[in-house]
Amino acid sequence: MRAISWIAVNVFKESVRDRVPYSLVLFAVLLMGASYLIGQLTAGQDVKIIKDLGLAAIAIFGLFIAIFIGIGLVSKEVERRSIYPLLAKPISRPQFIVGKYAGLVLTLAANVAVMTLALYAVLAYLTYTESPEFRDAWDAPGVDPQMLKAIVLIFVELMVVTAIALLFSTFSTPILAAALTFGLYVAGHFNTDLRNFDQVVESRPAVLLARAAYHVLPDLSAFDVKTEVVHGLPVTFGYIGTTLAYGLAYITALILTSVVIFSRRDFK
Amino acid sequence: MAAAIRIDALTKDYWVGFWRKRPYRALDTLSLEVQPGEVFGFLGPNGAGKTTTLKLLMQLIFPTSGQAEILGRPLGDVGARQRIGYLPENPSFYDYLTAEELLQYYARLFGYSGTDARRRTATLLDRVGIGAERRGQQLRKYSKGMVQRVGIAQALLNDPDVIFLDEPMSGLDPLGRRDVRALILELRDEGRTVFFSSHILADAEALCNRVAVVSGGRLAAEGRLSEILAFQARGWELVVADVRPEVLARLAPQIRRSTGIAAHRYALELPIESRPAAILSELVAAGATLVSLNPLRDTLEDFFVRRVAEMRDEAREGYGGNHRMSGAGAREGAQKDDEGHARD
Ligand SMILES: Nc1ncnc2c1ncn2[C@@H]1O[C@H](COP(=O)(O)OP(=O)(O)OP(=O)(O)O)[C@@H](O)[C@H]1O
Ligand SMILES: [Mg+2]
Repeated sequence: MRAISWIAVNVFKESVRDRVPYSLVLFAVLLMGASYLIGQLTAGQDVKIIKDLGLAAIAIFGLFIAIFIGIGLVSKEVERRSIYPLLAKPISRPQFIVGKYAGLVLTLAANVAVMTLALYAVLAYLTYTESPEFRDAWDAPGVDPQMLKAIVLIFVELMVVTAIALLFSTFSTPILAAALTFGLYVAGHFNTDLRNFDQVVESRPAVLLARAAYHVLPDLSAFDVKTEVVHGLPVTFGYIGTTLAYGLAYITALILTSVVIFSRRDFK
Repeated sequence: MAAAIRIDALTKDYWVGFWRKRPYRALDTLSLEVQPGEVFGFLGPNGAGKTTTLKLLMQLIFPTSGQAEILGRPLGDVGARQRIGYLPENPSFYDYLTAEELLQYYARLFGYSGTDARRRTATLLDRVGIGAERRGQQLRKYSKGMVQRVGIAQALLNDPDVIFLDEPMSGLDPLGRRDVRALILELRDEGRTVFFSSHILADAEALCNRVAVVSGGRLAAEGRLSEILAFQARGWELVVADVRPEVLARLAPQIRRSTGIAAHRYALELPIESRPAAILSELVAAGATLVSLNPLRDTLEDFFVRRVAEMRDEAREGYGGNHRMSGAGAREGAQKDDEGHARD
């Protein structure tokens, strides 16, 4: 446990000093600022645009950060052979994987937190400067705590993506791992379409294959409640709880698989 | 006493080739024992299988067959690593950490408290000569030799009983090499076991109790350097200046070969049974000046070249199987070759 936390802290330290995640977060923050300007141009100065763009920015830039650091920090360690001295220390390979993952999640949390604060800051400014008659016409308050529900789900989705990136980087090259992770992310968002495949296609094997894929691939669209939150529609805690449980189960499976693969491989 | 390191018929096949994978035997049934307190030199030319052996011992790769023990515990015993240090070949760490942060991180993994980790870090950076002004610098700004020193420091962080060093001198300047030699001797005096790989015979001669020579993945010889016949003196090389040719002509029967280096300056090769002192005094009496007198022996390179050729012949003759050539076999081979040299 102690070893795991030190590995995690080291991942965090390394990624904080590596400036690429910074620039991504900076870009996301700029985008949120820009969304304010766009809002100014539209009639009615709709707060929804800012919320939409802000949440999308968190999801997209979070995705890039997750893939970037998720793959970078593990395959780089193998490729640059810094793993040689590390694994000669009294830590097991499962501890290494779990520690790396914990550190990645920590980094991700810091990045998402910064983006969230930026989004709320833009929204607070807008609410403060907006005239009351417009403000009263909004579906949901400007600084809406409901948005945290969407952000928590985005964060868990990013945790799943990070676990996928980690799994791929235990056995393939960084570029391939990035491509595979991104592919799985896209597939995961169209997953529900696979369930309803029989309504579109006649062929029985194709339907069975789609079914199998539906059960194996992560259902990432479940984590997307951006529209509901922006339009002030209810998102129940029951739904959030179920989705969190699903995400955590999926992550556990991914980490276990990573551990099994990683524990058997040769480092060359 | 139990062996510090026991390697038993360790074999490693790598799978090579892009489409049609086939096994390539990088290490072939290597068996060795290293006793506690020994400084053991693991010698061999490039591609002999030294790094492969060390990576197997560190469980960075898994053996195709065979096994090994360190401090009486099987490989893969995580607890045993508490007492082991390892310097990888051309080590590489994290670009964005400083030397201090790196060592403290490793120290925490060994279970040291924060204060102890800082103390150990400072002691070891002192020991390998990384000055206080460089310690706070990120490792990507370090030169190769400095990274090598950090690598040595991290291998000693936990006060290990057994230390594995893969080419510890690589990347170091002459001063650094001298420091590392001194360090290894200190470790020996502290009673630790040191297992290091090298392809430089002089390093082994200066440091080792015993050596093993590997070549082509197989053990070619093992024992004390002085006992491995191929490395024993087979003559003398006498370099003298101010020699008149007629003096040389008079001594010719006692000289195996003479090579002119410059005007009146010669390198003379004397057979092992000759008495160099007598010849030298005769030369000096005739007005010559001594430049140097050295025993002539095979270099590690000569030995490799010969052993590789021998092993290839053996393989062609279809011996197959186990090719451990330590002991009598290796010595006979070496002796035969020595005679061959003498006839040249
Ligand atoms: N990952 C790998 N895949 C395929 N072959 C490998 C791999 N690693 C090493 N080899 C081969 O195994 C043999 C032994 O290599 P090894 O690195 O152990 O040699 P070495 O004795 O350490 O050499 P050097 O003095 O150059 O460091 C070489 O022929 C090498 O090409
Ligand atoms: Mg090597």
